[in-house]
Amino acid sequence: MLVQRAAILVPGWPSSPQLPPARSSILLRPETRAVESLRPARHWLVVVCAGLAGCTSPQSALDPAGAEAQSVATLFWVMLVGAVVIWVAVIGLSVFATKIRPGAYGEKAGLRLIVWGGCVFPVVVLTALLVWGLQMMPVLRAEANGPTIAVSAERFWWRVAYGVEGEPGVAKSLPEGGVPSANEIWLPAGLRSEFLIGSPDVIHSLWIPSIAGKMDAIPGRVNRLVVEPTKPGVYNGVCAEFCGDAHAQMALRVVVVSPEEYEAYVARQGEPASVGADDEGYRRFMENGCDACHTVRGTAADGMVGPDLTHLASRRTIAAGTLPMSLENLASFVGFTHRVKPGVQMPSYGMLAEDEITAIAGWLETLK
Amino acid sequence: MSDATLDQSATRWAGKSDGEKAQADLNFGNVPPASERDQDDPEVRAGQEARLRHVWAEPKGWRYWSAVNNTEVGLWYTATSFAFMLFAGVLGLMMRVQLSAPDNDFLTASFYNQVYTLHGTVMMFLFAVPVFEAVAIILLPQMLGARDLPFPRLSAFGYWCFLIGGIFVCGSIFFGAAPEGGWFMYPPLTTQERFSPGYGADIWLLGLSFIEVASIAAAVELIVGTLKCRPPGMRLNLMPLYAWYVLVVAGMILFAFPPLIAGDILFELERLFNWPFFDPERGGDPMLWQHLFWIFGHPEVYIVFLPAIALLAMIIPTFARRPIVGYSFIVLAAVGTGFLSFGLWVHHMFATGLPAISLGFFSAASEAVAIPTAVQIFVFLATLLAGRVIYSVPMLFVSGALAIFVIGGLTGVMVALAPFDWQAHDTYFVVAHLHYVLLGGMLFPVVAGVYYYWPMMGGRRLSDKLGKIAFWLMFVGFNTAFLPMHWSGLIGMPRRVWTYPADIGLELPNLISSIGAFVFAAGFVTVVWDVLRPRKGEPYAERNTWNAGTLEWLAEVPDEAWGVRSVPIVSSRYPLWQQKNFMADVDMGRYYMPDAEEGMRETMVTSVLDAEPVQCLRVPGPTFMTFWAAIFLGAVFILATFHLWTLTLITAVFAVGAILVWLWRGTAMQPEKAEKDVGLGLKLPLYASGPKSVGWWAMFITMTGDATAFISLIFGYFFYFTVSPVFPPPMMAGEEIGPGVLWPLVALALFAASWLTAILARNTNSKGAVGTARLLMGCGVLLSLAASAAILWGPYVTGLIPTVHVYPATVWVLAIWTACHGAAGALMLAYCLARSLAGRMTPTHDIDIVNVALYWHFMAGTALVTVATIALFPLAV
Repeated sequence: MLVQRAAILVPGWPSSPQLPPARSSILLRPETRAVESLRPARHWLVVVCAGLAGCTSPQSALDPAGAEAQSVATLFWVMLVGAVVIWVAVIGLSVFATKIRPGAYGEKAGLRLIVWGGCVFPVVVLTALLVWGLQMMPVLRAEANGPTIAVSAERFWWRVAYGVEGEPGVAKSLPEGGVPSANEIWLPAGLRSEFLIGSPDVIHSLWIPSIAGKMDAIPGRVNRLVVEPTKPGVYNGVCAEFCGDAHAQMALRVVVVSPEEYEAYVARQGEPASVGADDEGYRRFMENGCDACHTVRGTAADGMVGPDLTHLASRRTIAAGTLPMSLENLASFVGFTHRVKPGVQMPSYGMLAEDEITAIAGWLETLK
Repeated sequence: MSDATLDQSATRWAGKSDGEKAQADLNFGNVPPASERDQDDPEVRAGQEARLRHVWAEPKGWRYWSAVNNTEVGLWYTATSFAFMLFAGVLGLMMRVQLSAPDNDFLTASFYNQVYTLHGTVMMFLFAVPVFEAVAIILLPQMLGARDLPFPRLSAFGYWCFLIGGIFVCGSIFFGAAPEGGWFMYPPLTTQERFSPGYGADIWLLGLSFIEVASIAAAVELIVGTLKCRPPGMRLNLMPLYAWYVLVVAGMILFAFPPLIAGDILFELERLFNWPFFDPERGGDPMLWQHLFWIFGHPEVYIVFLPAIALLAMIIPTFARRPIVGYSFIVLAAVGTGFLSFGLWVHHMFATGLPAISLGFFSAASEAVAIPTAVQIFVFLATLLAGRVIYSVPMLFVSGALAIFVIGGLTGVMVALAPFDWQAHDTYFVVAHLHYVLLGGMLFPVVAGVYYYWPMMGGRRLSDKLGKIAFWLMFVGFNTAFLPMHWSGLIGMPRRVWTYPADIGLELPNLISSIGAFVFAAGFVTVVWDVLRPRKGEPYAERNTWNAGTLEWLAEVPDEAWGVRSVPIVSSRYPLWQQKNFMADVDMGRYYMPDAEEGMRETMVTSVLDAEPVQCLRVPGPTFMTFWAAIFLGAVFILATFHLWTLTLITAVFAVGAILVWLWRGTAMQPEKAEKDVGLGLKLPLYASGPKSVGWWAMFITMTGDATAFISLIFGYFFYFTVSPVFPPPMMAGEEIGPGVLWPLVALALFAASWLTAILARNTNSKGAVGTARLLMGCGVLLSLAASAAILWGPYVTGLIPTVHVYPATVWVLAIWTACHGAAGALMLAYCLARSLAGRMTPTHDIDIVNVALYWHFMAGTALVTVATIALFPLAV
């Protein structure tokens, strides 16, 4: 028994020769592809950078699926072209001066070059760029016309509450209430949704590259970020401000759907879990004190420290975007938590018997 | 031989170690005045050279480490900062190994975090800034035709502080105890024990605070050196561009580092004593740290970049074979960059949720700084255009620097725009941008500088062949490593991640980056090899091997310790090109100070604007006292890190003692005569006090930095006032608000009285009423101690508890700051009293009390602002 457990629970991460390769890949390899299918290459930019993986990615600022990301990507490509032209001109000039026509010009020509190249040209170009860039700001972050969603960034996961009411501001905490969830945010396409972003511990930053720029989650403040996703799909979000050991594995999924689907989803999330109290996995869950941190609405588990697990199995990932949702991954996260996600706050339950872990994971998987 | 004898003068240590006979041959004290010597007589010159050589010789054997001359200290400083750079480079390579593949486990998360934190910290604090100071300490006196900087012992002290602090910070990683919060250490992650247990953050804070002391010391030294130690005739507008940049950058250090020191104080008080400056639960705000850090951090970038541009400004004219085109443009641009760089800090905080109006303003300011930067680049292009360029290894690195830096500048224009920054901020795009700026704007020019100046430093040219190999490895390796990072950032790779998932397109750019990093490292190792490889057989380079036009190329090959044979009269920007027979006249000793008649180390002090000779300054020689002062001060910081309070206090007493001994024996020395003939019929005083003296300027500049730190603390108070709904908070505002009004006002009155006694003591002393002056100094000591006690008594007696809320903590920190300065003021007055009683301070030799009176002006201002803030301001709101 001991030997068998060691073989399953103590392999090195990410993979170990002791583990059968097939099982290892199911158990331990983080989710690799969140998008069900690559979206059609409609935009001309996708053609421009065809072959470069980043352009068709759920995590790329250059594969926009939101109004802000779209404008900023355009801004970037224009600035890039301008930058390349300026760079070639400056380097060309220095080659011209040193290799092609050395000594052909005098001091006067030099001074003219400084005035036109060093003063006038940057003033004109930068003013134009500034006007264009800054006039975007009020448009990009205009008032919301969709739902308000509270996002509390916590070491090292995301607490989400749909349909809250509250104001951003200094020295306040996020509003109470709403429909709780975690590590996955659904958004209605075509509407401007408002995130109220806060943190109870350290500074984090919410970044969903495909949809919009980032906004910090600062303890003692509530920040506001209005986003307007335009294309339905599943996108990745990450924490962009260093927050401790598991910072690299503090991700989330953003699911953009039609407003109707969004409403239905939130309604479903608001319902309690439908589980029988005599379930073996539930009993183990309670016996081992998991309810001290986790809530499963509709049961006696009402801990508020960790993510709400009421509809855990309906999410695409576990451990804040670290592993795809599956029975095996649930078991491996419970069994060797700190291998999967070093630095995570949840204690490892590796001391439990394998059948106990399997029972808990099996029960969690029913929480659709 | 004890330190006492070492300290007195160059003559005494040199005399004793070399024997009395040598002393007699050199004829010290019996040499006719310089104006009466015939410089065409070889025998006269031989005698002068023997004396100069003897006086400026570096100490032998283990005493070598007591050297304080700019040549030795500058060399140690440069070598040490490069050693730290190589260490941080290895850390960088470790990161690249870890990130070369997704889900890699070469480093653990925690160790990776230590590695990247230390990589950034060491590169910025132990390489980029110190190497500027190091190189400036070597080059500046040479460029100004000075024999040394005005405070050689301060440079030595700064160096030892830097070495001790650097080893302490770097060493921590070998114990797995290095800081792991990133080089900008954002609280509350780093302030609260539950998020960052252990000593890492304390090592960062205290180790670096100690090094910041060294940086400010060097800045004071360099500013005074540039303003007061130029050769006669070198008006400000004739200064070599390098000196202009030194002035700008040292000035920036003076205003940029103190806010960080203020931040460090608040930070460490929170970590050690739980004062809640950054804890929102108790009224604090983590944003204050971000403001203070970036008010330092953004100018820091230009503090790193401008000195390297200064090297380009020296190298390019030499190889373009003509003076710089647009001297006024580049000087104004440098000053403008320095000025603007203090108004951009918020662009590091675009994603913190500040109001759109702030974002717009700081976006515009950040774009604006591109203009003076462009002017500087175009001044170089114009010089190349108007000259006939000779290609060489230094020029190769200059071109590489230009190509890389322009990319960094252009991506800088992009990230300065708030909407784009919302995407790019805290991603690998920014990592790429900052490395393009710092390596293109700093490392490549520094390597160009190494190839350019090595013939002067080491006597021999570096290898052309190795130089070219090194350049191409570095240039190709750098771009391979960092160009793909722009891409990986925009496709979603955040900074400071120890791992990343597969299949979102990050594998390839990361693998390419890792390969490039190793190619780059190979190039840099080639440079190191080229510098260190044994080259005994190779011939010396010719003097002024690149045929340059500025004074540093007067240096002889192999080098002479005296710096410059005689202090020349300068009337052009490129004297070696533009003044006839210049080098020969200098060598023949036809200018000022061709001799060391009394066996003392001397350099010339001139006026600030027009460089008219005002004083022949005796500069102190070798001593171990600065070393001990640094050791004890370092021990204070290190022991405090580990909360060993008793030992901390004991070593603090030793540190103060060592500094006092150093000052007592080595400063404000009374010369044996009032003035001396320095040649060409010019007689200069040997002693000066007040604004004519270098010490007065050093005090003024130091106190400007000190006042900046104080204003940063005051800024903290009003920052909390602004962000809190009610400040002081209602729970504190019962019957008595804060520290009350009575005791702060009593303290203010006492401080004003001690300020008056200091001024009166200065005046009565200079009028010859020594007895009255002594009495006043004695009263001043008691008054200022009483004032310090009174300012602390206010918050104590009203029962303000600093751990409860940020308001009492802020009041306490201002009161303690003021009290500590009052205690220092008392110590200074006591020191003057002792000097007077010992006969070391007289009505004519009054540097000590004049400088202390200047200190008291600042002290009075500090007391006034503190009392107005903590006692009167709450009444007004």
